[in-house]
Amino acid sequence: MALLLKGGRVIDPKVDLDGIYDVVIRDGVIQEIGSDLSIPKGVTCDCTGRIILPGLFDMHTHLREPGYEYKEDIESGTRAAVKGGFTGIACMPNTHPVADNSSVIDFIKKKAAQSAHCRVYPIGAITKNLEGEDLTEMADMLSAGAVAFSDDGKGIQNAGVMRQAMDYAKMFPATLIAHEEDKSLVGSGCVNEGPISTKLGLPGQPGISETIAAQRDIELCDLTGCRLHVAHVSSYHTVDALRDAKKRGIPVTAEVTPHHLLLTEDDLSTTYDTNLKMNPPLRSKEDRAALIEGLLDGTIDCIASDHAPHAPHEKEREFERAAYGTTGLETSLSLMLTHFVAKGIFGYGTLVEKMSDAPRRALGIDTVTIEKGSCADLTIIDPNYSFIVDTDERESKARNSAFVGWELTGRASDVLIAGYFKMRDGEVVE
Amino acid sequence: MSPLSSKHLLEIEDFNHDDIELVLETARSFAEINERSIKKLPTLRGRTIINLFLEPSTRTRTSFEIASKRLSADAVNMAGSSSSTVKGESLKDTAQTLSAMSCDLAIIRHKFSGAPRILAENMDCHVINGGDGIHQHPTQTLLDLFTIRERFGSIKGKTVGIVGDILHSRVAGSLAPALNSLGARVVFIAPPTMLPARPDILGGEVVYSLDDIVSELDIVYLLRIQAERASKIGVPSLREYSNLYCMDARRAKKLSKNALIMHPGPMNRGVEISSDLADDPRTAVLDQVTSGVAVRMAIMYLMLGGDSNGATA
Repeated sequence: MALLLKGGRVIDPKVDLDGIYDVVIRDGVIQEIGSDLSIPKGVTCDCTGRIILPGLFDMHTHLREPGYEYKEDIESGTRAAVKGGFTGIACMPNTHPVADNSSVIDFIKKKAAQSAHCRVYPIGAITKNLEGEDLTEMADMLSAGAVAFSDDGKGIQNAGVMRQAMDYAKMFPATLIAHEEDKSLVGSGCVNEGPISTKLGLPGQPGISETIAAQRDIELCDLTGCRLHVAHVSSYHTVDALRDAKKRGIPVTAEVTPHHLLLTEDDLSTTYDTNLKMNPPLRSKEDRAALIEGLLDGTIDCIASDHAPHAPHEKEREFERAAYGTTGLETSLSLMLTHFVAKGIFGYGTLVEKMSDAPRRALGIDTVTIEKGSCADLTIIDPNYSFIVDTDERESKARNSAFVGWELTGRASDVLIAGYFKMRDGEVVE
Repeated sequence: MSPLSSKHLLEIEDFNHDDIELVLETARSFAEINERSIKKLPTLRGRTIINLFLEPSTRTRTSFEIASKRLSADAVNMAGSSSSTVKGESLKDTAQTLSAMSCDLAIIRHKFSGAPRILAENMDCHVINGGDGIHQHPTQTLLDLFTIRERFGSIKGKTVGIVGDILHSRVAGSLAPALNSLGARVVFIAPPTMLPARPDILGGEVVYSLDDIVSELDIVYLLRIQAERASKIGVPSLREYSNLYCMDARRAKKLSKNALIMHPGPMNRGVEISSDLADDPRTAVLDQVTSGVAVRMAIMYLMLGGDSNGATA
C-alpha cells in the first residue's frame, strides 16, 4: 500500500525540516521525502496549503472506561482525539475500578486494540484506589502496558508516601505525574481565591495551594532523582518554582492546558457557568500571563488538554456540586492555532515541540519523526478552516466545553497512524 | 408589566437605583397597611407563589409567606426535607417541574451560591433569591435599607460598620455593595480569618478592631456567628470573639445617641450583642423583621405587575 502526500508544508524541527515537500509512505513507513515525487500505484493526497506535522500527542486525557462509559469510552474518546488531530493519547487512571493494577491496564490495552481510533497509553495509579496511602504494583502495570503513574484528580497529600513512590518509581524508571493540590489549603474551594470568589460567594482556593504541593514534590524529585511531571500548572507561583527547579537541574517537566492559557477567573463573571469549573481553577490574568511566559521560555514543556468529559446532568447543577473540567481533545489544536500560531506568538516548530515531542518525552515514549524509515504517524492541518465550537458536532460523548461559541481558524484535516488514514478531510474514518 | 427593570431578583445588583427607590417607596405603603387591623389586600389574588426553601429557615420563609398571604396570593411552601431533591432530583429538574405547574413567582433559599440562577434559567416565572450559600440575600438587604431610611431618612454619607463573619455572610454579600452604591461608607470589622479574599470588591474598607472605629459609626450591623462551629470559621473561641467584637454597653457608650444597631437574626446574645443592649432603643432588630414583611410584599407586588400607587389601595 503506497500513499503520496503531495505538496504540503512539512515541518519537523527535530530533523530541521520545514518546506514544501512530497512524502511517500509505503506499508506504514515513510519511504521518501522530496520534490516532484510520484508513485506508480496507490493513493495521492493533495496537501497543497496544508501543514504536515509529526503526529500530535495528548498526555493528559480521561477516557472514563472502565466504569463511566456514560460520560465517554475508549471508542468515543479516541474518535474525539483523532478529530482533534492526535495520533496518540495517554489516559488517566481515575476510572471505576481505578487503574491501579495490571488487570485494569490490560483491559484498557485490549479494549483499545479492539475499538480505539488512535494509539492509547494507559497511566496507572500511584496509590491503590487513589487513596494516597499504599503504593500500587508499578512493575506489574508497566509490564501490562502502563507508561507512567499518577493520582490525578486528587494528588498525594502525604509527603512520605510521595517520597516512597518516587524512590520506587525511579528504578524502572517511570515518570510520576503529579496533581499538585494541598487540600489543607484548598478546603472546599471550587474557584480561584480572589475577586470572583468574593463576588460570587463561592469558596476560593489560593494559587499557592498548588505551588506548595509542587514545591514539595520538586524537592522530593531532587532528593530521589525520580522523573516528575507536574500536571495542569495554573499558578504563577508554580511557574516560578518550576523555573527555579529547572535551573537547579532537577528532572521535572510540566504541562499546561489550553483553558488555563486562554481563560481567567474573570470569564466566570456572574454567570456561574459550570463549563468553566476546573480543577485547578481558572486563575487571574497575572497567572495566565505567567503560564504563557513559562510555555515560551521552556519552563512549561507541553500542552495537554486534561480532556474531562461529563454527562449533562453532572454539569447542569449548582456550581459547588458540579463536576470539574472541560472537554479538550477536539478543541486544543484549533485553540492553539487560532490564538498562538496565527497571532505569531509561536510557530509550528514550537507547536510540534509542545504537542508532539515533549509530551512523549515526558512519558518516556519515542517521539515521532518525519524522516525516511520512520513510522508514518502524521497530523495534517488545514490552517484556513474556520468553524464555531458547537456542542452538537462532537465525536466525544460529552458536551461540556469551556469554549462553546468560540470562532476558531485552523484544524486537523487528516490524521495518519502507521500510514493509514484515521481521519480524512475532517471526517473520522470508520 | 412589571415596573421593575429586572424580571428576577437574584442578586442586589439586579435592581438599579430607581428599582430600589420604587421598592422602598412601595414598602412604606405596605408598612402602613400592616398596621391596620385588616391587613389583607386582594392585589395578588389568583397568583401562585412557591416558597422553595431547601435550607432551614424560619424568619425569612415565614416573612415571605405572610407577605404573600397579605397580598392574597396562593402560597405553596416546599421545604428541603419534603422536596424531590432529597430523592436525588436535580435542581434543574425541580425547576422545570414547578414551571410546568404554571406558578407566577418562586422564592428560593439554597445552601449553594448561584442556585437561584438555575431556577431562573429553567422557569418561566419570576425568581427571588431568598439567600444563596455565602453569596447574597438581597431581600434582607432591601429590608435593611428600608429600616435605615426610616430611621435616618437617607443613607448617603452614613458610616456603616458590618461586624463579624463577612466571609461566610450572604447578608454582608449583598448589603455592602448596596450601601456602597447608595453613598454610604462601609467598614468591615472582623479578624482577617473572617474576611473574603477581596473585601474591596464588595465595596468596603477593613478595620480589625471594633474599639478603634465604633465611635465613628452611624450604624453597627452585627452578623450572626455560627456558634456551633466557631473554631471552623476563624476564631479560637466564642469567648475571644465576644471580647473583641461583641456590641455591649461599654462599646455602645461610644456610639452616638442616634446610632442604629442592626442584626439579621437570630441573635446570639452574649456573642454578637450583649443581652441588655439587644433590648436598647437603638437596636432595630425587631424593626428589621417588621420591615421585612412590607418590603417583601412590595417586591412581590411590583414584580407581578403592580405600581407604587396601587399599593395604597
